[in-house]
Amino acid sequence: MSDYESLRHFADSIGLAVMVVLFLGLCLWPFLPGKKATNQRMAQSIFEGDDDGE
Amino acid sequence: MQAEAALGRVGLWFLIALLSVGAYLGAKDAGFAVHAALIGVIALGFMVASARRFDPLGRARGFFRMPEGDSRYDDDPVRWATLATMIWGITGFLAGLFIAAQLAWPMLNVEPYLNFGRVRPLHTSAVIFAFGGNALIATSFYVVQRTCRTRLAFPALARFVFWGYQLFIVLAASGYLLGITESKEYAEPEWYVDWWLTLVWVSYLAVFVGTILRRHEPHIYVANWFYLAFIVTVAMLHVVNNLDVPVSFLGSKSYPLFGGVQGALVQWWYGHNAVGFFLTAGFLAMMYYFVPKQAERPVYSYRLSIIHFWSLIFLYIWAGPHHLLYTALPDWAQTLGMVFSIMLWMPSWGGMINGLMTLNGAWDKVRTDPIIRMMVMALAFYGMSTFEGPMLSIKFFNSLSHYTDWTIGHVHSGALGWNGMITFACVYYLTPRLWKQSRMYSLRMINWHFWLATLGIVFYASSMWVAGITQGLMWREYGADGYLVNSFADTVAAIKPMYIMRSFGGLLYLAGAGIMAYNFAMTLAGKLRDEAPMTETPHDPAADRPLPAAAPVAVPAE
Repeated sequence: MSDYESLRHFADSIGLAVMVVLFLGLCLWPFLPGKKATNQRMAQSIFEGDDDGE
Repeated sequence: MQAEAALGRVGLWFLIALLSVGAYLGAKDAGFAVHAALIGVIALGFMVASARRFDPLGRARGFFRMPEGDSRYDDDPVRWATLATMIWGITGFLAGLFIAAQLAWPMLNVEPYLNFGRVRPLHTSAVIFAFGGNALIATSFYVVQRTCRTRLAFPALARFVFWGYQLFIVLAASGYLLGITESKEYAEPEWYVDWWLTLVWVSYLAVFVGTILRRHEPHIYVANWFYLAFIVTVAMLHVVNNLDVPVSFLGSKSYPLFGGVQGALVQWWYGHNAVGFFLTAGFLAMMYYFVPKQAERPVYSYRLSIIHFWSLIFLYIWAGPHHLLYTALPDWAQTLGMVFSIMLWMPSWGGMINGLMTLNGAWDKVRTDPIIRMMVMALAFYGMSTFEGPMLSIKFFNSLSHYTDWTIGHVHSGALGWNGMITFACVYYLTPRLWKQSRMYSLRMINWHFWLATLGIVFYASSMWVAGITQGLMWREYGADGYLVNSFADTVAAIKPMYIMRSFGGLLYLAGAGIMAYNFAMTLAGKLRDEAPMTETPHDPAADRPLPAAAPVAVPAE
């Protein structure tokens, strides 16, 4: 098999599967139990304190 | 000690000046010699400045009324980059208007330095890399300090990033006019300018990551994710697309490592991700910080912003081949680019909805706050152009739209509408805060700017739609004899009125930016315009009383 074909097969199989799993995992990450409080706190964090500097 | 340091600096600048004299003398072509001379003059200037132990920027800081004294955050580079955003913005819009006029009135082509072919990359680089890039440097340095509650890491390096980036812009822009180009769209600068930008960009990454590592916050706010993705990806794209072999180390010409269709694919992998990561991820970072701040409410859904982020990262990088539909690129690669472009529609609209819904409960601000109005318009154009883009990348539509002015219209609805509007909004947000003023000089002028810019985009986009579809239909028209009906010159004549309308749109957009520049200068001077508030709610005494109690219904007596 040429380099091109072996790379194509890798991209079509393992590469694709790894990318899909990684992507889904990262997207589901903020939905893990206990992440709700962190998300809310982070959304509010930009309003804490006097952020415009002196 | 100080004197020794100053002497060391003088020596360093002298060395650089000597090297540039050498490069000038040995230069293989005139353009390279001009750039060597430019570097030499700058080095000599700094040498004299260091020798006199004169703070070279002291006077300039005074002229631009930069506040003195220590502050909680290191805002000096942010101020410089905001100023540069304004100056390069006007330059880039002016160049754009000029080349639009050249297309309508060809006698404006001044050979050789100011012909369309040389000024056009000057325009695209000035608006994308100079105007957009400085806005990204300014806002990223501003946002990362505030969300991490710490000062910039490596303050000297941060200043090098700003000034080094300006040198990159000057070298790139002057090079285009001198005829120095790699001829790769959005990657025109030659090898030595690429090397310089790589150095600046790695420093930018070091300052940004260093600041994040010093943070006094357990988590990293989502805007910083987008900034980081923009910086890292642009570094990767820039290096891979500029793997060139210079003909001579004392000449400006180089040849790319990749040839033919591989070269084309690498170029458009770069080109499309310059749109995806420079003009989208970076500006979304602005959206995720400045829209909630200006609306004074948190982002609609923090979870959605994370999904938006990962979807953009995973999808954008594959969309480049849609620039090469119906070319020598393998068919599967063309289809891959098309499919990923269509998939991009979802995260893009998710992000737009996230930004717009942040205004939930504060929609009245669209009426009263012209900055919010600009942000809403920017998000609307983000939505429109990220709908149009996937549509144009479908082979069916692309067979009509490709190589026509429809593409130009699409790019400008994104660039003028999304990037321009969100940048203007951020500059209006930042300027009073950075220069310690209570507000911009005039809110009504922001409103004028908003309407001029919006009307300018409408003229621009609609004329280019008409021009593009006209061209596309005329190019593909066959007669009964099997020959093409129209020559290329016929199509040019047919769309000339559209070119004039496009120039008018550009003129409106530039006029809006001119009003902004005046407003900006007056704010720096510390003036406040005496003006009526944006909305009047006149007092009506007749209506200003409690609702009358429901009158008892008269019941007729038995």
